[in-house]
Amino acid sequence: MSEPLSRPPKKNPQLRQKVATLPPLARSRAAMGLTAAAARGSFSLQHCSECATVQYPPRDACSACLCVDLEWRETDRGGSVVAQTTIHASPDPYYRQRLPWRSGLVKLDAGPSIFCHLHGDVRRGDRISMDIKLDRAGQGVMIALPAGRMPNMEDDPQLRTLTANPRHRRVLVTDIRAPWAVPLVHELIKAGASHVFVGEAEGWRRATPHESLASLEQVSILQLDVTDANSVKKLAAGIGGKTDILINTARHVRPGGVVGGDTVFARDEMEVNAFGLMRLAQAFGPAMASRTDDGINSAAAFVNILSASAMSAEPGYGAFSASQAAAYSISQTLRGEFRASGLRVMNVFVGPTDDEWHQQMPPPKVAPQALAKAVVDGLVCGLEDVYCGDFAKDIEERWRRDAKVLERELTGGEHG
Amino acid sequence: MAEILACLASALAGGDVEIIDLTHTLDPDFPVIVLPPEFGQCARFRMEEVSAYDHRGPAWKWHNISMNEHTGTHFDAPVHWVSGRDVANGAVDEIDPAMFIGPVVVLDCSKGASSDDDFELTPKIIADWEVQHGKIPAGSWVLMRTDWSRRTGAQYLNMRDDGPHSPGPTPAAIECLLERNIRGFGTETVGTDAGQGMHYSPPYPAHHLLHGAGKYGLQCLKNLDRLPPTGAILVAPPLKIKGGTGSPLRVLAITPARGK
Repeated sequence: MSEPLSRPPKKNPQLRQKVATLPPLARSRAAMGLTAAAARGSFSLQHCSECATVQYPPRDACSACLCVDLEWRETDRGGSVVAQTTIHASPDPYYRQRLPWRSGLVKLDAGPSIFCHLHGDVRRGDRISMDIKLDRAGQGVMIALPAGRMPNMEDDPQLRTLTANPRHRRVLVTDIRAPWAVPLVHELIKAGASHVFVGEAEGWRRATPHESLASLEQVSILQLDVTDANSVKKLAAGIGGKTDILINTARHVRPGGVVGGDTVFARDEMEVNAFGLMRLAQAFGPAMASRTDDGINSAAAFVNILSASAMSAEPGYGAFSASQAAAYSISQTLRGEFRASGLRVMNVFVGPTDDEWHQQMPPPKVAPQALAKAVVDGLVCGLEDVYCGDFAKDIEERWRRDAKVLERELTGGEHG
Repeated sequence: MAEILACLASALAGGDVEIIDLTHTLDPDFPVIVLPPEFGQCARFRMEEVSAYDHRGPAWKWHNISMNEHTGTHFDAPVHWVSGRDVANGAVDEIDPAMFIGPVVVLDCSKGASSDDDFELTPKIIADWEVQHGKIPAGSWVLMRTDWSRRTGAQYLNMRDDGPHSPGPTPAAIECLLERNIRGFGTETVGTDAGQGMHYSPPYPAHHLLHGAGKYGLQCLKNLDRLPPTGAILVAPPLKIKGGTGSPLRVLAITPARGK
């Protein structure tokens, strides 16, 4: 059983801050398939279309029949631990800081034998459930987890480096007015966040949930307007050094296309959804990136909530879709800029939400509570791309299959 | 007439006449009017640093600023309202600059507004004022003092479930002022109309009637408690925006120094 993590003590201000190190970064292009699977929480391996061999490690051709038609397919996670070892010495700076480190050999029921990280509750001979997770370098790695739930299993130190678990972390939720802000705060507290800072713009027109959240002990409501660079800088000057997870809930949405639309609304959408994200990243990013190795409450993730229309425009919300595509693009640049620090950028894609701006849309719509849960689950699992709800999942699947076909379908007029 | 200006200059230099600033600071967090969310909204004041003696411009600091024509302490031109859309020279760039400097009278409603958030300026208040100070001269700015400018945060708009609550004039009061052929009407609140002004007939009487008659508005004023009921001069020139419906501006009053 994993030792439960206890709340970290206050830092010794005379000690040098630990500098972030990354595990080995290099991968072949074929091996990037593991990274792509880990990003969305899928357990996919290469399956040979000719002889059906399931192959690991990933290669450009089938190791059994040399066929080059290999498909990444969801695979059975079950397996057994054949051998285990504990590493006490390593020339690699990342592992040197984390020794001892447990590894082992697992025989998957699907075929391949895999040398992987071992969760602390896993021993030789145990049945396990294999997972691919993104490591600090943003690459997919294999970790053998207990086959069933174990007490405090998320607190296992090896697993925790592969996730952005909110437990014992301090979280900033940037906009109290988002319909999902209140359920998100409650989910974070339930997940063990030690404190939740909630941003409120324009205190001169108090947000409805202000009183209910202000009464919670672990919550502070602070002034933050993502459209105002000075407001963002001021808050970062106050709490930037103790923000471990930032969840950008600020969103401005108005229905309407482009031809009949309005550039004033469009500008507001860009100001909040795209430039707001940029201002947050500029003000909070550097401090968070400097604290990715700061112990139990190290900085772990920068989270965006994006519409599925970021992938392909929804013409009924044309200008909004443009702002979402812009925000998505900015989040990709942030991934590049935060890569060296290991700070994770997690995007949560969502379809139409059940709120005042999607009143006429038919179901399925995503309830604020469901979105809040998807955000916290994504952090606990260490995902990079979360697709919340059937609508977003469907768009993502169609986008991956053929982006042009999806575009044609979404822009099809009446029958689109 | 040159002696009048020379006299003013020496009174200003000698402190017999003082300049009072009736303007709030343009601040990103200063309240603006809030409309139902499906309508277009008034942009808040924003300031972005272009350079600050750094790599973006080594020897100078400057900002890009953005706002609505009706953000902060601001001037309303007749074309702001549908009733004034056809008023000749009704945009800020077309108004005769002589209209920007003129006499001002102050109606003190601060006592009533201190106990009633929806306090109304009525013809009776105007009549009572005139008994004491004489008839409001034609061409005057008329300012409604409520001390509302001392309110901060959520107290300023005073928003409730049925909308904002703040003092303002009744339609009859505005008609009464128009009979006196005033220059314009100004308030300390976010608009020239009461917070609940949409429920009058016509709705928003100050906007509707004043602008329809080619008169001007000033709102978000402060320091009205430092003005005498009569005898001061108001300096209120809006920016010269082509076709502009209003403009943030610096409003100054020239008054006899107190105690002199």
